[in-house]
Amino acid sequence: MTSSARSTSHWLLHYGLLAFYVAFALFPLYWLLKVSVTPNDLLYSEGIRLWPSRSSLAHYTFVLAHSDFPLFFKNSVIVSGSTAVLVTLIAALSGYAMSRFDFRGKMWLVGLMLITQMFPLVMLVAPIFKLFSPLGLTNSLTGLVIVYTAFNVPFATFLMQSFFDGIPKDLEEAAMIDGASRFRAFRQIILPLTLPGVAATLGFVFTAAWSELLFALMLVSKADASTFPVGLLGFVSKFSVDFGQMMAAGVLALIPACLFFLLIQRYLVQGLTAGAVKG
Amino acid sequence: MASIDIQGVRKSYGTVPVLHNVDLSIQDGEFVVLVGPSGCGKSTLLRMVAGLEGITSGAIRIGERVVNELAPKDRDIAMVFQSYALYPHMTVRDNMNYSLRLRRTPAERMAHVVSAAASKLGLDTFLDRKPRTLSGGQRQRVAMGRSIVRQPQAFLFDEPLSNLDARLREQMRVEIKKLHRDLGTTSIYVTHDQVEAMTLADRIVAMNGGVVQQVGTPLDLYERPTNLFVAGFIGSPAINIINAVLRHDGEQRLIALESGERIPAPPRVGGHDGQAVKVGIRPEDVQISAQAEGDFAGHVELVEPMGLGTIVHLGTAHHALKAFVVERVNYPVGTNIAYRLPASKLHIFDAKTGQRLPE
Repeated sequence: MTSSARSTSHWLLHYGLLAFYVAFALFPLYWLLKVSVTPNDLLYSEGIRLWPSRSSLAHYTFVLAHSDFPLFFKNSVIVSGSTAVLVTLIAALSGYAMSRFDFRGKMWLVGLMLITQMFPLVMLVAPIFKLFSPLGLTNSLTGLVIVYTAFNVPFATFLMQSFFDGIPKDLEEAAMIDGASRFRAFRQIILPLTLPGVAATLGFVFTAAWSELLFALMLVSKADASTFPVGLLGFVSKFSVDFGQMMAAGVLALIPACLFFLLIQRYLVQGLTAGAVKG
Repeated sequence: MASIDIQGVRKSYGTVPVLHNVDLSIQDGEFVVLVGPSGCGKSTLLRMVAGLEGITSGAIRIGERVVNELAPKDRDIAMVFQSYALYPHMTVRDNMNYSLRLRRTPAERMAHVVSAAASKLGLDTFLDRKPRTLSGGQRQRVAMGRSIVRQPQAFLFDEPLSNLDARLREQMRVEIKKLHRDLGTTSIYVTHDQVEAMTLADRIVAMNGGVVQQVGTPLDLYERPTNLFVAGFIGSPAINIINAVLRHDGEQRLIALESGERIPAPPRVGGHDGQAVKVGIRPEDVQISAQAEGDFAGHVELVEPMGLGTIVHLGTAHHALKAFVVERVNYPVGTNIAYRLPASKLHIFDAKTGQRLPE
C-alpha cells in the first residue's frame, strides 16, 4: 500500500469511528424528534420507519397550548437558573479559598465535602422532607433551589478550585501590590481569567438541576411548583403513554440547555491565561 | 522614595525556620541586591517587605512606618516578578495603568505618565496589544513599566531576568541600572546570579540558609569575603580553596599547604600555630608561567578559552587549581607549568568555622 493510500484509509477509519459514535450517541435524540412529529394515528400503524410518511406539529401545539407544560418549563428555568448562579457564586469563592489559603481544618472540610458525594441521594429524601415541611419549603421552588445548591456546591467547589490552581498566584499578588485588595484582585484579575471554569461550572450545575427528578418529585406535589421532568411523567397515565406529546415536551426541554451551552461554549474552549506569565 | 529598615526579622513555616534574625538597613535611593543559592530565604525576605508573606517576629519599616501589619496595597511599593505576572486579559496600556486606576488618577495624567514610561522603555507601539503577543523581553519591559508609572517608595525585583536568554539578560541589566540612575528609587533586587549582583548593586547582601552572611559593596565581597560561603559564591570562575595549616616559625608566619609546600602567610593575618585553615585564591590571582618561573610546579589538565581570557586547570601533587589569564594561551594537556600564589592575594579561613581569620 502506498503511503497516501494508507493515510486515506487512516482518515476513513478515524472519521468512520467518530461518525459511528456520534450516530450512536445522538440516535435517541433523533428518535425523540421523529416521534414528536409523528401524528398519533401513524405512531403504531407504520411500523419502524426512519421518518413518518406524514409529519405534524400537533403534539407541540397541544403541549404548549393545552397542557401545564409552559408552567413546568418556567419553573425549571427559575430553579435551574438560580441554582446554577448560586452554586457558581459560592463555588467560586470557596474554590478560591481552597486553592489559595491554608487554614485549620482544611483537610477535614475537604473530607466532609467528599463524603456528601458518597451516598445515594434517595436516602436523604425522607429527612429532607421532614426538615422542609415545617419550614414551608415543600411545594416551593425555593426549597428545590436550596436542595440542589447544597448537593452541587461540593463538586462545583472542587471544579472551581482546579481552575484557580491553574492561575498563577503571582497575578493576584501583582494586583495586590498595584493597590488592589484581595477581593478586588479576585474580582478584576482572577475571575475574568477563570471564565472558562465559571462557564463549565454554570453548565454542569444547570444541566444537573434541569434534569433532576428525585427531589422534584418528592418535595413537590402541586402542579404550580413542579418542574418539567415531573411534568413529563404526567404524560404517563394509568392506561396509556402519550408518546407524541411526551417527546414534543422533551424536545422543547432540550432547547434551553442547548441555548445555554451555545452561550457559554466560547468560554469553555478558550484558554484565557495565555501570555500571563512566561511561556 | 524611602529607606527600608529590617530589624531582627525571623520567619518560620510551622516549626521550620527559614529566616534567622535578619538585620538590614537600606538607605533612601540605594540599590541593594540579595544574592544566594535557591532556598536561602532571599525571595522570602523580599516578599515579607512586599507584604506577601507574614513576619514571624521582628519589624520592617518603610520610611518611618512600621509595615508589619500593612496590606501590600498600603505599602506603596512596586514589584517586578520573575514570571512577569502581567494581566493577560488587559492590554499593555491597561496593565501599566491598573495601579493608577485603582488610585483614581485623572485620565489625562494617567495617559501622560503611561506614555512617558512606555517611551522610556520602548513600548510605544505595543500599548494596545495583549501580553500574549509580546516576546519575553517585551513582557519584562511591560512589567517594569507597570512599576515605574506608580513612582513608588521602593522597587522590589524578584529574579526579574531569570527567564530571559543570556543576551537579553545583559541588555535588561543595563536598562535596570540606567533606570535606577534616572529615577533614584530605593530598590531591592533578588537574584541567584552573582554577575547581576556584582554589576547592579550599590551593596550586596549575601545570604545562605536563612542567614545573612555578608553585607557590603560588590568589591568588598569580592576582595574581602567574610567566610568560605561568600568567597565561593561570589566570583566566576570560582575561587580556589586549598586545605592548609598555619605555622609560626619564629617571627615568620607560614602556611603549610596539604602538599607540604610552604608559602608566606598574608601580612597581619591572625590565627595560631597549627591551626587548620582553608586558603582561598581567586583564579586571576594565581600567577602561572610555562618558563618555570614560579614557586611550585604543576601540569596543565584542561584549557578553557573564554574569548576574554583563558581558564587553565592545573593539576598539582595534592590539589587542583584554576588560573585565569588574560592572554590567549593554548598549552597542550600535560605541559609543565610553574605557578605562584602571592601572599597578598590569599584569603585565609578557619577550616572549622569557615570564617575569615581576623587581621
